Formats: sequence, structure tokens, C-alpha cells
Amino acid sequence: MSTRSMVISTVWLALFTASAAFAEGPNLGKPIDTADIAAWDISIQPDGTGLPPGGGKAADGARIYAEKCAQCHGPDGKGGVAGVTAAPLVGGAPITDISAAMKTIANFWPYATTLFDYTRRAMPWQQPMTLANDEVYALTAYILALNKLIGEDDTMNAQTLPKVRMPNRDGFIVRFPDAM
Amino acid sequence: MGGSDRRRRGAKYSRIEAVAGNGLLDRRALLGRGVIYAGAMSTGALGSFAAAAEPLKDAPLTDAPWSREPGAAIEPYERPSRFEKTVVRTLSNPNGQPGAQGARTPHHLVNGVITPNGLHFVVSYGGAPDIDPDKHRLAIHGMVKQPLVFTVDALARYPMVTRVTFLECGGNSAPLFSPQPLQANVQALHGLASCAEWTGVKLSTLLEETGIDPKARWFIAEGADAPHLSRSVPLKKGLDDAMIALYQNGERLMPANGYPMRLLLPGYEGNMNVKYLRRIKLVEEPAMSYWESKVYAQILPNGKAYQFYLLQEVKSFITQPSPGLTLKGPGLYEIAGITYSGAGRISRVMVSADGGRSWAEAALQEPILSKAFTRFRMPWRWDGSAVVLQSRATDEAGNVQPTRAEFVAQRGELKTVPPVAAVLNQHCNAITSWAVDSAGEVKHVYA
Repeated sequence: MSTRSMVISTVWLALFTASAAFAEGPNLGKPIDTADIAAWDISIQPDGTGLPPGGGKAADGARIYAEKCAQCHGPDGKGGVAGVTAAPLVGGAPITDISAAMKTIANFWPYATTLFDYTRRAMPWQQPMTLANDEVYALTAYILALNKLIGEDDTMNAQTLPKVRMPNRDGFIVRFPDAM
Repeated sequence: MGGSDRRRRGAKYSRIEAVAGNGLLDRRALLGRGVIYAGAMSTGALGSFAAAAEPLKDAPLTDAPWSREPGAAIEPYERPSRFEKTVVRTLSNPNGQPGAQGARTPHHLVNGVITPNGLHFVVSYGGAPDIDPDKHRLAIHGMVKQPLVFTVDALARYPMVTRVTFLECGGNSAPLFSPQPLQANVQALHGLASCAEWTGVKLSTLLEETGIDPKARWFIAEGADAPHLSRSVPLKKGLDDAMIALYQNGERLMPANGYPMRLLLPGYEGNMNVKYLRRIKLVEEPAMSYWESKVYAQILPNGKAYQFYLLQEVKSFITQPSPGLTLKGPGLYEIAGITYSGAGRISRVMVSADGGRSWAEAALQEPILSKAFTRFRMPWRWDGSAVVLQSRATDEAGNVQPTRAEFVAQRGELKTVPPVAAVLNQHCNAITSWAVDSAGEVKHVYA
């Protein structure tokens, strides 16, 4: 790194890129490449970065939902299953109270990519990470279609999902921007 | 101590003038005087303040059975006395149904500032995984020069740091959003906060070895638990005081607190301190995970919602006395409580015994550490009348804990009274008020 570029770097940048050249650490980490981390790298960005190949439609999602999701989230995503705290996946009146119970996918979630991400990483509750990517896309399409956020026949994939405009996309305020 | 001695010292104490309404005494009365209280505090089975000393003739000093035979064999790992079995966390989801579980710290039954590991609060979204540390790995990748993966043994060979810091769930104190004061104890109201000594490797130490792409602004932290819990954290915090914590109060982390390692972000919202940490990915923009874009985003009265709240703001609450700890008659007491701020050290705690009309400065127990619990104490002469106790903290950044009315004016309150264990709101740091009636009973009120 040239002296000039160090000067124009921020302090932390200078510390953590320039000093790496002469820092003597234990160096006990094992180098890995993209292929090594692939099975763990399930992060999805709102712009679609990280979304896998494949796709699915609501009709396929409905079948998977009935088999793997309805027991907790209720038929048609409406919740209300006794003894289970799983949130309804459909509906949501305009927010008129500050209670978290008001929040739904349709009235609160800012990004549709989060629906794919959370379903893949955390659902079904008893067997997370067992759904194929096509199944996750189909379930995502089903839930978005039930909420009338996409059409019944729309295919959700790495190109279409990030383009779904969620109604509450601009409903957020960053509390402490200086910390970011 | 003889009766005459007690009377003499009591008389000396009684000369101390009240410095605020309803009998608050100068905090300097606590310093170097060996103050004797008429009603020493007790956290026994009755959960009440002990009565003034009983005449000895009713309880003569004799050799008890346990003084006349050898005691029990010493255990390799000791557990608390059987007489302390009520000092436990309360569970929001005792049957462990699918969904969140909250285990709350019994602040009214412990003292000092370090939360014992078995009593440290937990919020769990997928149970405590049974992780074999030999098979656990931490990968750091994304916008780095050289992605690396570390074993637990490898991390244990890195230079370590130790610090005391509190952790607090973003949803702690949520009952104060209720339109009516919920009749619950300090454990139910504020039990999703704890404080421990954590030891581990600074994240910045590991990032020196991976190198950082200058465009990276955030990192995504992810756990090895069933929900693969994932939060986006500003890289600025990662290069400041973030730690990969391996030890909690000297021993390896408790299973429900992230064994074998967790991310520790001093002063930041508990959920961001990702447990069972297995992956850190440097990125340009936050991932907008379920937890940051939905769960921990607080709705505001205008219909918008806060996002990336990050900090746990300045707070204090009185733990002794508090609901369930009944005062046994007029006399001298110590009001004690906990205070902390995610922005740094606590600079001052004021206490009121008249619902906020007058205030006196409490003594702060050293050491006063940044982003850690600090214990405050205030001597108090209770005359037996009805009073309202409050505490109000200020941190070194000048942030002052708001009254509940001030807080609600900004942030709103619920329209209906919620179940006490429900967490329907986040990030309340308002003042808590305890009303003491003439019988010494303590209740939660809004004042």
C-alpha cells in the first residue's frame, strides 16, 4: 500500500490492512475458498445476492405448505393452531398499535428476500435446512401470493424475488446512524 | 453486639439529616461507618426484609446439629445450598413449545453485579444445541483478503481479553409499555438483562489475519443453532470492542448462552450477540435478516419503526426493596439497585422516595465499568408512611433515563394490557416506580 493511499484511508482501514503486513499473530486459521464455505454460506442480501439457482410457483408451494407448514401455521397460513406460537403468514390490518403482534409479512416486512432467507435457514421448525431451494422458492411464492403481493402464476427465482416491492419498504428509521 | 451498643450506633446514625423527601439520607452515610440497619435485608424463603432483631431468649445460641458432625462430601462441581432452590430463572415457555423461550434473572434474589452463570438470562429461538466443541468451527469470509476457518482449540491459543459487560435483550422491560402497571416483580419486568465477566479473542485480532476489503461496511454473524440465527453488525463495532467469547465468569460458556463460543458486542442489543457463532461474513450492506428487519424493529406511534436500534440505552431499577420484598416496620434500610448503559460508564444515579418530587444522589459501588452493571445504594430512613421509590441514571455520554411519562410521549404505549411474559415491544429504558404502602408491601406503579 502506498503512503498516499494510507493517508487517504480511514484510520481503521490503515490499521487493519496496512498493519496486517507486519502483524505477527498465531496464524492458526486454516485458509478456505468459496467452495469450502458453500454449504454454510446461506446469506441472502436484499438485492438478491446469494439467492441460489432454481425457482418455484405458488401452486407447488401450496402442496409443500400443506405437508410441512400447516401443522403449525394453520391452513392457508392463517395461524391459530392451539398450543403453537407460530405467527400467521397471511393478512395484516394497517398498523394501528405499537404492539409486535401487529407485524405481518404484508404490513411490515421490508424485503421479500428475507422470506426466502428465513424459511430456508429456520423452517420447518423441527427440521431446518431440509427444504430444497426449489421448495423454498415455491413456498415463498405461495406466501407472497396469499398476501396478494405477487400474482398466482408468478415464478419466484433469483431474478424476480428481489424485485418484489414490499408495502412497508420505506417504513423504517435507523435509530443510531452514527454507529453504522 | 449488645443492646446498648446497637442503641448507641443507631442514635449516631439517626443524626444524619434527610437530603430528600420521605427519608432519603446522604449517600456518604454509607461510607466507612459500618452502618447498622434496623431491618437488615433478607432474601430468605419468605422473600421479605428480616424483622428487627428478636430477643435472644426466643432463639438462644446453641450448637446446631450441623456443628456436631462432619458435613457432606465436597462435590467436584458445587451447586447452591438446598435452601436457595427458589433462586432460579423464570421461564416464559415452561413446556418448551415451538417458539421463543425467555429465562429471566431473579434480580431481587441476588446481589453485587455479576450474574451467576446458571441465572444469566436467556432468550432462545431454537433451544440449546448440544455442540461438540471439537467439531465446531468458526469461518470468517466474504469481503476479506484470505477467508479462514478456526477450531475452538485454535482460538484458545490467541491472545485473550477479559471484560465485564452486561447483556440485555432488546425486549427487556417490555411490560412497561403496558397502559396499566403490571403487578409483577423485578425479575418479570427487567429479568432479560444480566452481567458477566467474559473472556475471549477480540474479533479485530482475527480480522488482522484475514485482512479486510476496504469496501466492507458490515458483517453478518450466524449461529450453528437450528434457526441459524443471523444478525448484521456494523463493521465499526467489529473493529472496536467485539469479542469472540469463550469463557463466562471463568468457565466455558453455558450451553444456552452460546457454548462453545458467542459474539459479544458490549452494550449492543442482546440478540446481536450471536450464540453458537460459526460464521462471520464481511459485506457491504446489511442482510436484513428476519431478526433485524422484523423481530427487533420497534413500531413507533406514527406507524414507522426503528431499525438497527443497536444500543441498549441508559437504565436503572431498584432491586431492594421491590415487589415481594416486604419492609418489616419503620427504620433504616438500604435502597439498592442496578444501573447500566450501552453508551459507557454510569456517571450518576438519583433516587427519589416521593415519586420524583425530590431526588438525592445514590452511592455507586466501585468499580464503575463501561457497559457493565453498576450497583447503586442509598440509605433510607422509612417512617412507615406510603412512599414511591424511583431511580434515574445518567451515563458518561450525558444520556438521562427518561421518566415513564417522557418515554411514552416519545414512544407510545400499548392499547391493552399484555400478558406479563409477552414481549410485544423493545427498547424501553423508562424509570420504574415502586409504591411502598404503610404495611411495607411493594407494588409496581406509574408515577
